[in-house]
Formats: sequence, structure tokens, C-alpha cells
Amino acid sequence: MWRGRKLNSGNRFLGVLRSRCWGTQAEGARLTSSAENQFSWTPQSKPWVFSDYRIMWFKSYKMTFACLNRMRIYRYPWPRLYGTSQSTVDSSEIKTFLALAHRWWDEQGVYAALHSMNDLRVPFIRDNLLKTVAQHQPGKPLSGIKILDVGCGGGLLTEPLGRLGASVIGIDPVAENIKIAQHHKSFDPVLDKRIEYRACSLEEIVEETAETFDAVVASEVVEHVIDLETFIQCCCQVLKPGGSLFITTINKTQLSYALGIAFSEQIAGIVPKGTHTWEKFVSPEKLESILESNGLSVQTVAGMVYNPFSGYWHWSEITSLNYAAHAVKSTEQEHPVPEFVFKGEREELRHKDSTNPGVQEELKK
Amino acid sequence: MAARLAVSRWRAAPAAAGKGPLLSCRRWSGAKADTVYDVVVSGGGLVGAAMACALGYDIHFCDKKILLLEAGPKKVWEKLPETYSNRVSSISPGSATLLSSFGAWDHICNMRYRTFRRMQVWDACSEALIMFDKDNLDDMGYIVENDVIMCALTKQLEAVSDRVTVLYRSKALSYTWPYPFTMADSSPWVHITLGDGSTLQTKLLIGADGHNSGVRQAAGIQNVSWSYDQSAVVATLHLSEATENNVAWQRFLPSGPIALLPLSDTLSSLVWSTSHDHAAELVSMDEEKFVDTINSAFWSDANHTDFIDSASTMLQYAVGFLKPTKVSARQMPPSVAGVDAKSRVLFPLGLGHAAEYVRPRLALIGDAAHRVHPLAGQGVNMGFGDVSSLVHHLSAAAFNGKDLGSMSHLAGYETDRQRHNTAFLAATDLLKRLYSTSATPLVLLRTWGLQATNAVPPLKEQIMAFASK
Repeated sequence: MWRGRKLNSGNRFLGVLRSRCWGTQAEGARLTSSAENQFSWTPQSKPWVFSDYRIMWFKSYKMTFACLNRMRIYRYPWPRLYGTSQSTVDSSEIKTFLALAHRWWDEQGVYAALHSMNDLRVPFIRDNLLKTVAQHQPGKPLSGIKILDVGCGGGLLTEPLGRLGASVIGIDPVAENIKIAQHHKSFDPVLDKRIEYRACSLEEIVEETAETFDAVVASEVVEHVIDLETFIQCCCQVLKPGGSLFITTINKTQLSYALGIAFSEQIAGIVPKGTHTWEKFVSPEKLESILESNGLSVQTVAGMVYNPFSGYWHWSEITSLNYAAHAVKSTEQEHPVPEFVFKGEREELRHKDSTNPGVQEELKK
Repeated sequence: MAARLAVSRWRAAPAAAGKGPLLSCRRWSGAKADTVYDVVVSGGGLVGAAMACALGYDIHFCDKKILLLEAGPKKVWEKLPETYSNRVSSISPGSATLLSSFGAWDHICNMRYRTFRRMQVWDACSEALIMFDKDNLDDMGYIVENDVIMCALTKQLEAVSDRVTVLYRSKALSYTWPYPFTMADSSPWVHITLGDGSTLQTKLLIGADGHNSGVRQAAGIQNVSWSYDQSAVVATLHLSEATENNVAWQRFLPSGPIALLPLSDTLSSLVWSTSHDHAAELVSMDEEKFVDTINSAFWSDANHTDFIDSASTMLQYAVGFLKPTKVSARQMPPSVAGVDAKSRVLFPLGLGHAAEYVRPRLALIGDAAHRVHPLAGQGVNMGFGDVSSLVHHLSAAAFNGKDLGSMSHLAGYETDRQRHNTAFLAATDLLKRLYSTSATPLVLLRTWGLQATNAVPPLKEQIMAFASK
């Protein structure tokens, strides 16, 4: 009778392996109406049938390491890809990404770990934002706060933030993701009003949205960015002074290669193969230095650890795998805004606080 | 196993449940115009109304829309009736805490309830007894009429009517379940069609509609159940003389347990579980004979046998030798003089347990999830425990901005409650079967068992703690 969440997730990634090996005929009948379902296996959408998946669990467990070589590896996209300025969006990643765009909202599917990460990221963002607010409305703690979710993908993190009362704009360079996200939120009248999605890159909206956001969230994005420095600069520009930047990403260590790529992608299949490139991982020290040099003072860096058997994430002292960072934009403009970011002239600048006249003159050039 | 697999598919097996429309999701062209509720509680009984109330007063549900569907009419009292109702419940301290968390307990205190501090449970076939006693004079439990609880809950629901809408006289006819994740144009919400033809959508459906739950049947959740060959007779009794009346009495007769629960200084409530024939006889016999039957059920030692008596005395000496502390002599319950006219009613008893308490966007609470024998007086307390646990999980989920129908926190509620309830159901069923016989070996076993348990205070405290959660 007991079917805890624990068995669901553990079984999911082991079950994925089993299904890859055999192709589940018994479950093939389901989800045939899915328009884009080109694969013969189904995700563990029936984890509550205890007897059923108990069998599968045993079988998959036996098969797991025996079938390594015979596994058909599907290229599933992992988090949203992100690119800044000069066309950093990788077209090969887009293709694989499009293939399973409709899998975003399957909580037991390929994105199960991302869904589960919300248990850490949403409280992290919420609590740090609430510190900046004197009183909050119960039921809508983030109401009145404008958030930009960069690389929102299917809207996995955007929707919880919207439910907490924030006005969120979610952007993603992949139009299909935005379509899925738009479709998903359209059923909920409350979310429909609070969330807006746009298929664009950050660089495209930097000009029109400078200093309008109380918070920018870039979760599982910076490890896909080609030019991290430019990305952080753009984030900084769209933030109001005193605004918060939240980043979650993967550290660049031997452990993250061993667990994050070798184990997760090649052995256990938690993350689809080819999603991450170790060279693009960012260590917290490097991230901190980039943030500080752009006028963002780092408040918190906290490690996160994923337990693939239970399916839950945990906060940890260990930042050598995944970590979350919170930085706050300083309220004074200590250094001039870099000129090369502004292509052409900027005619309008929306400053909430008045800045020193020197900077304004420079910008009007 | 293959057959079970086929039957257990909650979504793709319309053949499995002839009673509910287990269809794949139909396109709802008019769907977007319906109100989307955050939570719909189907069933406005004690547990369903408590659930709606608890959510309505929860701080993280401030801007959420909650609906309570009740098939019956609204029960309104201008003032408290003088005669006591014959359906009463024993409310544990844990349940009282839940009720006071949203202010219903204050209404109950202003109406009427009875505290009891001791409970004596003894056997008809031997001298063995167990006395539960709270040394520190804490309340062990409260006897409250079901109508009083319902009235208190209704008042609290009215006070929070901006968040909780209550629809009386509305019965849900059919439910349509969504796919696990969004596909094409299918709505991700649960659709409910009411008797008057209107439809609504909800992100989470809570089934609190009793042991013949329509929600559970529509979802195709398997229910392990059997009926006991017993019916319970309830009545309001007048005691022969006014006493302090703060003790609950229960005697296990071979035909079933008989319990006397205090209502006031002169009134007590009777719950007598016995065979169907005997129950029918009890309800129809005349008052004097009924009163005599009750008194002899409590007082008569006709079922004692010498063998058992000497065996139990032997153990009593042994216990007294090892632990010469207080000896709890058997006390006699107050004698009964009369019964309220028209207060004798009977209802059948059975056991039930749902194989799953939750599905995506669905949770079962109260009797819809589990049905128990009244011998331990815990049926509604288990339901209130479900409410407590589910509200805790939903509140945390709402504060994290989660989709309320998501399995991640619903599974947490299920694990929590299944562990507690399964143990309880098994224990109650075991006790019922153990005490339903007068076969000597079993009588001996239970006599010694009861005496031993009575002699070990930590064990008694554990039992009381478990039951009062």
C-alpha cells in the first residue's frame, strides 16, 4: 500500500534504464495520443501501482549496470539553454531540446529533478526577497515584486513564483518552450495575469527593461552561457538598485565531473547525455568575482545535493556539486556602465532612483 | 498480477469501474468559463467540514478559493435543543486541538460537551479489566454530540465565507480526471458535474464523502472492506441517580462490546455493538425490558467460568506479588433507569480501508479512506488526524507556491496517515475478533493479556498517547 515519493523517483531513473533496454509493451498503449511522442517508452506516470513498479524496480535494478552498453541513449534536453549577445544559442542543442519540449510538466519524467529542485529554490528566493520587504500579505508573500526569470524553459520555476504573488516575466530563446509554458499557465486564470512569457534572449530586452526588476532569477542557466561576463552585466542592468540576483548552477570540480556528468549522464541517465559540458561549469569563486566586479555583492552561496534514490534535493555545506547564489545590486553606481553593451544610443533610461549626473551625461553620448 | 495491473490503471481502464466515468480526458470546450477552484471538498460531514474550515482559516490559503459540497441541507439551530442527540463522538485531545485551531472548539464549549478522565474496559467472561487513568488529572477525552460539532463547524464556515463557499443540497454526479501532465488541449484540472448540471473545475479534490465514497469509486481506488456481522445500537439513557459521571465504561460481551459514555450528570450515551438480530430486537423491545437488558449486560457475571476465574486470580496474585502497588478493583458503572423515547437507532458496522489515499489532484480523508469499528471510539479522531496532516502538507505546499494537486506533497500525507491508520485498523479488528468469542483458550489468552497490560503503566500510557493523537 505504501508508495512514498522515494520509490517513485528512484524507480524513475532506474525504470528509464529498464524501459530503454526492453521497450515496455505493457505501457506502450498509453500516451499514444501525444502528438510529439516518438518514443516507445512512457515515463513513470503510474508510480502508485505498487505491485507493478515493484517488479520493475527489481528488474531495472538488476539490469542497470548490466545493460550499460546496450542502452539506447536519447538526447533529451536538460535545463533551458541560454545564450547572450552574439548568437550564443547552440542550434544542435535546440534540436534536442525541441524533441521533448512537451515533457517539461511531467513531474516524474526527465525533468523530475528540476521539479524537485523547486523545493529548494523557491524558498531560497522567497525568503531572501521577504527580507527586503517590511510586511507581506499572507497568501501572496511576493505580491508587488517584479521578477525576471531568465531561461525559464517550460516555466517550472516561473509558476511557483507567480503563485506566491509576484509579477513574473519569463524569457527563453527557444520558442517552443515559451509555447509550452504559455499553454500551461493559460488554464489557471490567476497565473495567466501574473506571468508573461517572451521568446527572446536577455540581451534583446536589456534596453527596454533596464532597472525595472526587483529580482532576476537565472536558475540552471549560467553553465550553458558562452559569455558569462556579458550575461551577468545584462542581469545587472535590468535590476533595480538594491535588487537581487539568484543563480543556481553546477560547480567545476572533479566531483562534479564524476557525479554530474559521468554518473548522471552516462551511467544513471538522470540527465540526458550531452546536456552539460564540464568546461562551461562555473565555480563559485569565479562567479563571485564576476558578480563583485559588476557591482553585485554576494550575500549567500549554499550547496545543494540531489539524492537520486529519494528524488529530493538537500541543502548542504558541499558546494562542489550544485550550488545556489544570491547577490544584491549595490544601490550606488560606483562604476560607469560599460559602453559596449549599449548598441546605438539609448534615449530612454528608466531610473527609479536618481543617479549622479556624471553617469547620465556619459550615457547620453 | 497481470490482472491486477489491468484493473489498477486509474486512467486507462474504463472497464474497471462501472460506476464512474474513468474516461480519458474529453475536450471541454466550455471549460475555460468555469470557475477554477483551488480546493473542492466533496462531502460536508464532520471531517469534510473540518477540512474546509481548517483550510479557510489557514494563513497561506488567504487568496485561494475553496468550495465545500454537501448533499444535505444546511442544519441551522436557533438554540441548543434540550434533548441530547443519540449520535455522539468521543473526541481525543488531539482532535480538540485541531478544532480549537480554527475556533470551533470555543463554540462547542459554549454549547455542551462532557469531559471524561477515566476509562474502564473489562471482559464479560472473566474478572480481567484495564483501567485507563490520567494521573495528572488531564482530560482523557470529550464526549460531544455530533450535531453540536456540526453546528460549531457551520458557524465557523459562515465566518470565513469570503474564502470558503459552501454549496448545500448539491451532489456531485461525476468526476473527470486529468492526464498526469499537460497534453494538447486537455485541461489539467479535475472536472466535477453537479446534480443541477453545472460544472466546476478544481486543482485538488478532497473526498470526504463517507465510507461509500463516490469520489473513491469514481477514481477506481480499490477498497479493502468487509462488513462485521454486527450492528451498533445507540440510545440516550437516564441514570438512576445523578453522579459525577466522568468515566467511560466499556464491557466486552461475547456478542460485542457495550459502552456507556457520559453526557451529563444524569445522562449517558449507549453504544452497543451486537449481532444484527439482537440489535433489531433491542431497538424494538419496550423500554423497561431494554433498561433491564442494559443493566444485566453490565452487571451480570453469567459468562464467567470457574476455570477462567481461577486462572485470572492466579495471575493477579503473581502481579500483586511482583508489583505490590495499587490494585484496581473492578468498579461498577452507574445503573440505568430509563431511556429517551425515540432515541434508539441502529446502524451496520464494517471495516474499510482504501488501497491508496491519494492520486494526482485527489486526496481521501475520513471514512472515505478508512472505516473502523466503534469499539475504540476513534473513527472520527482518525478523520480529524487526516485533516490535520493534510492541512499541514497543503499549507507548506501553498507557501512554496506549489501546484496543490501535485503528488509530491500528497504522497507525504498518504505515508503519514497510512502508517498510523493501518496500525490502528489492524489493532481494532484484532481486538474485535479476539473478544467475539467465548472459547476458553482465547478467553484465557485475552484475560491474561489484559491483566498484564493493566499491570504495566508505561504500556497503558503508550496506548493512551497513540489514541489521543
